[in-house]
Amino acid sequence: MNAMWAIVRRDLLMVMRRKSEVLTALFFFVIVSSLFPLGIGPEPALLRKIAPGVLWVGALLATMLGLQRMFAADHADGTLEQMAISPTPLVWLVVGKVAAHWLVSGLPLVLMAPVLGIQFDLDTGALGVLMLALLLGTPLLSLIGAIGAALTLGVRGGGVLLSLLVLPLYVPALIFGAGAVESHISGLGAGGHLSLLAALLIMAALFAPWAATAALRIALE
Amino acid sequence: MSNRLINWFRFASPHTFYPLAGKMIPWFWTLAAVFGAAGLWLSFFVAPTDATQGEGYRIIFIHVPTSWMSMFIYMVMAGWAAMGLSLNARLSSMMAQALAPTGALMAFLSLWTGAFWGKPMWGTWWVWDARLTSELILFFLYLGFMSLQASIDDPRRADKAGAIVALVGVINVPIIYFSVKWWNTLHQGASVSINKSPSMAATMLWGMLLMALCLWMYSIAIALTRVRAIILEREAHTEWVKHLKEVSP
Repeated sequence: MNAMWAIVRRDLLMVMRRKSEVLTALFFFVIVSSLFPLGIGPEPALLRKIAPGVLWVGALLATMLGLQRMFAADHADGTLEQMAISPTPLVWLVVGKVAAHWLVSGLPLVLMAPVLGIQFDLDTGALGVLMLALLLGTPLLSLIGAIGAALTLGVRGGGVLLSLLVLPLYVPALIFGAGAVESHISGLGAGGHLSLLAALLIMAALFAPWAATAALRIALE
Repeated sequence: MSNRLINWFRFASPHTFYPLAGKMIPWFWTLAAVFGAAGLWLSFFVAPTDATQGEGYRIIFIHVPTSWMSMFIYMVMAGWAAMGLSLNARLSSMMAQALAPTGALMAFLSLWTGAFWGKPMWGTWWVWDARLTSELILFFLYLGFMSLQASIDDPRRADKAGAIVALVGVINVPIIYFSVKWWNTLHQGASVSINKSPSMAATMLWGMLLMALCLWMYSIAIALTRVRAIILEREAHTEWVKHLKEVSP
């Protein structure tokens, strides 16, 4: 456990030394979401309708940006091998890495989303649901993404390959995340979607670190 | 019993499996041709014209079997991949690798014939129906598996990494299917459903089953052919490959 927190602290510290990485993902999210009204037109009714989907797709792509770096630097300088042979189980360290990735590229999106939601003319209730859905959904994205990041470690054309592997697996998160906001707006209540999203998160939290660990061991062989 | 077991495991080695596969391939091709001829005859000449859909419905004799095969092959592929990962058996991973392109082909054919069927029946090439969408995602999963394997040079690492992708995909296929289904029922734009098809004539069902058997046999034959090529490629350094008739000059 202690080792896990140490990894989280270390990754956050390294990000703090190079702040551009956090800001890149965040600015990407802001810019992509702001482009849609320009492309589609400023009618508030239309914007309200597309807002959940656009913001969620933006969040998916923004999390993808940081994924490749999750293990790459540690793999390049040999730190990852030291982690693999350390007495702490590798899976805890992977959980730490995933947590750090979420804190760096997931949490800022959750906090930024309401501001972007206002651009899309969402009301307060919908903004709350959007934040809640992103709060449940972005850790899910980090967890699933960790598997892809570990698999494509040191592989030719890793970035494109990573998106090919991971984006299809993001489909359920996108559907339930955007669906929660949509059904709230249409008055159906977001409870069902949020529960399913939470269930997916729990399942991914149980399985994804193991799969990512197995993938890392294969990459390190 | 133990005798049988030994006999089975004997073919887990590429060296013994290669000639066995070579012997089996013509049989599966023959079966595929027989089932295919019977299925096509039944579906194009015997099966009655559908009352509501006309002649165009006959495309389902290709469409439904390819959809079945695309899903079934993914399960089989993941099974082989899991076996390769857990037992560290080379041949199992080779089988998984050999099945992937056929599965992707089936998924593609299913989407393509589905579009051809949808145009006259629904008036559109594509609807965001739950089955269509999840078939499309299944196709993406096949592509991901194949491109990951293709981009890793070390074959053993490619096998294992591919196995993890296949297994993660297997867990996700039902989740994706149900999420897309719920998503679709919530949106419910074009209320089309393949479920509400009228009760099928027995000849139609037989035609479909025969075509499914034909594609099944075809898939086995083509996968065995491909696995033989993979064996030759990977075992090129071994003595027995160098002594093969088809390899030695």
